Amino acid sequence: MNIIITISITAFIVLYAGLFKANKALLPLTVVGLLTALGFTFCAWNGNAVHFGMMQTDNFALAFSGVCIVGTLLIFLLTQNYFHAKSDNVAEYYTLILFALAGMIMMVSYKNMAMLFVGLEIMSVSLYILAGIRKKDFASNEASLKYFLMGAFSTGFLLFGITLIYGATGSFDLDKIQAYLVNNTTSVSPIFYPGVILMMIGLCFKVGAAPFHFWTPDVYEGSPSLITTFMSTVVKTAGFAAFLRLFSGAFAPLHDFWVAPLTVIVCLTLFIGNVTALFQKNFKRMLAYSSISHAGYLLFSLIVLTKNSGSNVLVYAAAYTFASIIAFAVLILVKQKTGSDSFESFNGLGKKNPLVALSLTVAMLSLAGIPLTAGFIGKYLMFLNVMTEYKSLLVGFAILNALVGFYYYFKVIVAVWFKDGAETELSAPAQYKIVLLVSVVITLILGIYPAIILNLI
Amino acid sequence: MEQLLLLIFLPLVGAIITAFAGKSAKIVSTVFSVVSLVLALVIACNFIPNASTQFEVNLPWIADLGINFHAGIDGISLLVVLLTNLLVPVIILSSFNHEYKNPAAFYALILFMQTGLLLVFTALDAFLFYIGWEAALIPIYFICAIWGGKDRIRINMKFFVYTIAGSLFMLMGIIYLYLQNPAHNFDIQAFYALNLDSAQQGWIFWAFFIAFAIKMPIFPFHTWQPDTYTAAPTQGTMLLSGIMLKMGIYGVIRWLLPIVPFGVRDWGQVAIVLSIIGIVYASLIAFTQKDAKRLVAYSSIAHVGLIAAGIFAFNQQGMQGAMVQMLSHGINVVGLFFVLDIIFNRLKTNKIEELGGIAKVAPQLAITFLIIVLGTVALPGTNGFIGEFLLLMGVYNYGIWAAAIAGLTIIFGAVYMLRMYQNVMLGQTNSLTITFTDIKGTEKLVLYTICALIIVLGVYPKPVLHLTEASVQHLLEQVNQKLNTVN
Repeated sequence: MNIIITISITAFIVLYAGLFKANKALLPLTVVGLLTALGFTFCAWNGNAVHFGMMQTDNFALAFSGVCIVGTLLIFLLTQNYFHAKSDNVAEYYTLILFALAGMIMMVSYKNMAMLFVGLEIMSVSLYILAGIRKKDFASNEASLKYFLMGAFSTGFLLFGITLIYGATGSFDLDKIQAYLVNNTTSVSPIFYPGVILMMIGLCFKVGAAPFHFWTPDVYEGSPSLITTFMSTVVKTAGFAAFLRLFSGAFAPLHDFWVAPLTVIVCLTLFIGNVTALFQKNFKRMLAYSSISHAGYLLFSLIVLTKNSGSNVLVYAAAYTFASIIAFAVLILVKQKTGSDSFESFNGLGKKNPLVALSLTVAMLSLAGIPLTAGFIGKYLMFLNVMTEYKSLLVGFAILNALVGFYYYFKVIVAVWFKDGAETELSAPAQYKIVLLVSVVITLILGIYPAIILNLI
Repeated sequence: MEQLLLLIFLPLVGAIITAFAGKSAKIVSTVFSVVSLVLALVIACNFIPNASTQFEVNLPWIADLGINFHAGIDGISLLVVLLTNLLVPVIILSSFNHEYKNPAAFYALILFMQTGLLLVFTALDAFLFYIGWEAALIPIYFICAIWGGKDRIRINMKFFVYTIAGSLFMLMGIIYLYLQNPAHNFDIQAFYALNLDSAQQGWIFWAFFIAFAIKMPIFPFHTWQPDTYTAAPTQGTMLLSGIMLKMGIYGVIRWLLPIVPFGVRDWGQVAIVLSIIGIVYASLIAFTQKDAKRLVAYSSIAHVGLIAAGIFAFNQQGMQGAMVQMLSHGINVVGLFFVLDIIFNRLKTNKIEELGGIAKVAPQLAITFLIIVLGTVALPGTNGFIGEFLLLMGVYNYGIWAAAIAGLTIIFGAVYMLRMYQNVMLGQTNSLTITFTDIKGTEKLVLYTICALIIVLGVYPKPVLHLTEASVQHLLEQVNQKLNTVN
C-alpha cells in the first residue's frame, strides 16, 4: 500500500513541479520517489499483508513490483534530453509514467478482480496518452488511436469475463473464486467457462499474445522510443504478473479446461512473433515482433502449473526487461545520431563505440537465450517447466522457434561488429552509460548465478 | 581440487587480462596458454593411471535447480585436456606471422574458448557440460565471423545455427534425464544409474547423437564444415578442427555410450553406417578439390568418420584407437592447416594448380610438411598409424565388411594427400612460387614441435595408451554390465 501511495504522491509532486517550470528538479524528484517505493518494497518483504481485502502484497507481488520499479527507474534515467528535445511540458511524461506504474503495482498485487480492472485502466489510460504524446507526429497519433481502440476492446472482453465469473461465483475475490471451484468440482456454473475464456482473451490483448497482437508492431513503432521501451518491458512484465496471478491462482482448478486454448495461443504467438520478426528491416519493429515471441515463452509457465511458475516468470521477465532496456537505449542513441532505426544504421557500430556495442551484444545474446546470460536461464526454466509433464513436442516447437530467434538477433550482432558502416561516434551521456552498465551487470549476474533470484517467490 | 579449478579458469583470467592488454595481447595470451600447458602437464604427472576420477571438484552452483559445479579428470578427460592445452599455445604461436586487427579481442576470445573446452572435457554435471558446450561455441563464432575470409557472415551464421540446433535438442535430452532422475540433479553418476527402457533410450540417443554428430561432423550433418573451415581465419580453423570436433567425440564416449547403452545397441549400427558413408563420401570429394584448405577439410571428415565408427563398434581396440587418434588427428590437422597458412600468407593462394615446386625454394618446409602428410596418411612409425590401425581393428571386430570399406580411408587418404603434396611442393617452380621464402622464427618452432610429436607418438605411443587404458576398460565394463542386466 505504501508503495502505491508513494508513487502516486511522487506523480502529483512532479506534476506541480512542472507547473512551476522546475524542469531540472523533475528527474531527481522522480528518482527519490521511486527509490523510496523500492525501499517500501523491501520492507514489506515476507509480510504478506492484505489491504482492505482488495490487494495482497505477498512476495510474488513484491518481487514483480520490484522489477517494475527498477525497470521504470532505468527508463527514467534514459530520459535525459530525450523528452526535453520533444516537448516543453516534460512533467506530463514523468507524471503519466508514474501513474502507469501505480496502476501496474495494483495489477501485480490485486486480490480482488475490481482492483485488477482499476489497475489495468489506470495503466492503460496513461499509456494511451503517452503513445500519442507527440501531438504533431502522424505515427504517434496512429499508435495512440490504435492502442486506444484495441485496448478498449480488450478491456471490454475483460470486464465481460469478470461479470460472468461474478455471476457464477458471486464474488470478485480471488480466494473465494478458487474456493468456489474447489468446492464445486463437478457443478461449476456453465457461465464460468466463457468468463475464463473472455478474461484470457482480454489479458492476451494486453500482453500482446497472438492472435490478439495486431496492435503491437504499429503501436511500438509509432510511439516515442522511450515509451515503447516502457510498454514492451515494464508494462509487459506487469501484464504477465496479472495473468499469472489469476490463472495460476484462482483459475488453477480449471487448468484442464483452459490449457488447450492457451496452448494454441502459445504456439501461434511463438510462430507468428518469430517468423515475422525474421523479415523486419527495422530494428524497432523487429524488437516489437520479438516481444510477441517472448510473450509466447512467458506463457509456457501457465501451460504446466508448478510451484515454480511464478518464479520462472519473474526470472524470464527480469531477463527480458533488462535486455530490452539495453536494446532500446542503444536504439535511441543510434537514432539520435543517424536519424534512422533500420538495421543498416547499426552497421559498424562496434568500431567506434566498442562498449555500447558490447552491451548491445550482451542484450542480443540474452534475448536469444545464449548460456551465461539471464535470457538462457529464463528459457531454460520455461522449457524445464513444460518438460515436467513431458510435453516434448511443444518444447521441440519452441526450440525450432528459438533457432529462428537466433537468426534475427544475430543479424544485429552481425551489423554491429562485422559490417562496415558510417563509423559514427555516439555521444552517450553519463546516465545512459550507467543504465547500460547496470543492465549488463544484472543480465550477466542472473545468467551466471541465478540462485539469488530463484528463491524469491 | 584447486588444481582443476585453476586449470579451468586460468585461461578465462588470461582472456580478461588479454582483453585489456592492447598491443601486447599476443605476448600476454602466449604466456597464459603456456602456463596452462605446464599446469596440464603437472596434472598429468600427478595423475594415477587407473579408472578413477581424480582432482574432483563438487561445489553447489544453482542448488535450487540441482546444478552443481562438478568436474573431475579421468584418463579419457586427461587426454583431451592435454590436447587442448597443448594445441592452444601452438595455435597462438602460429598466429605470430599475422597481424590481426584488434588483436586483444582475438586472443582473448581464443583463451575464453579454451575455458569452455576445458569445461566440456572435465564436466561431470550435465548442465555444466552444456554451459561449456555453448561457451566454446560463442567465441569461435566471433573469431570466424570477425577475422574470417570471403562470405564469412553467411557461412558462420549457418555454422552457428546448425550447431546450436543440435545442442538445443541435447538440452532437451538433458532436461528429460534430469526429470527422470529421482534425485533431481544433473550428476553424471546418477544419469548412469538411470533405468530407462529401450524406447526412451532411443529418443535420448538421437537427442544427444545429433548434437555430437553435427559437431564432429558425421555425414549427413557435415554440410556446414567445409565452408566454415575455408572461410575461417587459420587459427579459427585450427581450433575448430584440432580441438572443437573432439567435443563431439568426447561427448559420445562420456555421455552417450554409458547413459543410453540400449539406445546405442539399437541405433549404433545406423551411426556406424553413417560414419562409413561419410568416410567414403568425404574421401571422394577430397579427390576433386582444387583448394588445398578444402581438401584438408574433407579429409578431416573422413578421419573423424573412422573415429566415430571405431567408437560405435564398441570394443577395446576401437575405443583405444579413438583415444590415440583424437590426439593424433588434432596434432596433424593443426600442422596441415598451419603449412597451408604459411603458403597462403606468402603467396595469397591455396589453389593446388597455381602452386608447385615449393620444395626447391623451401626445403625445411618441405621436410616438415612431408612428415605431417605422412602422419595424416597413417604411415607406420607416425602417430596416425597407431590410431588408425587400432580403429580399423576395432571396426574389423565389429564386421569385416565395415572394416573393408572403412579401410578405404587409408588408401584414399594416401592418394589424395600425397597427390596434393606432390602438386604443391614438388615439380617445377613457377613464377609465383619462385618468390617463396623458407620458414623462420615461430613458424619453425611450431612445425618442429608438431613433427617431433608426430614421430615420438608414432614410435612410442605407450604413454598415451597407458593413460587411457584403465578408464576405457572401466567404461566398457560399465556399459556391458548394464547391457547384460535385463531391462
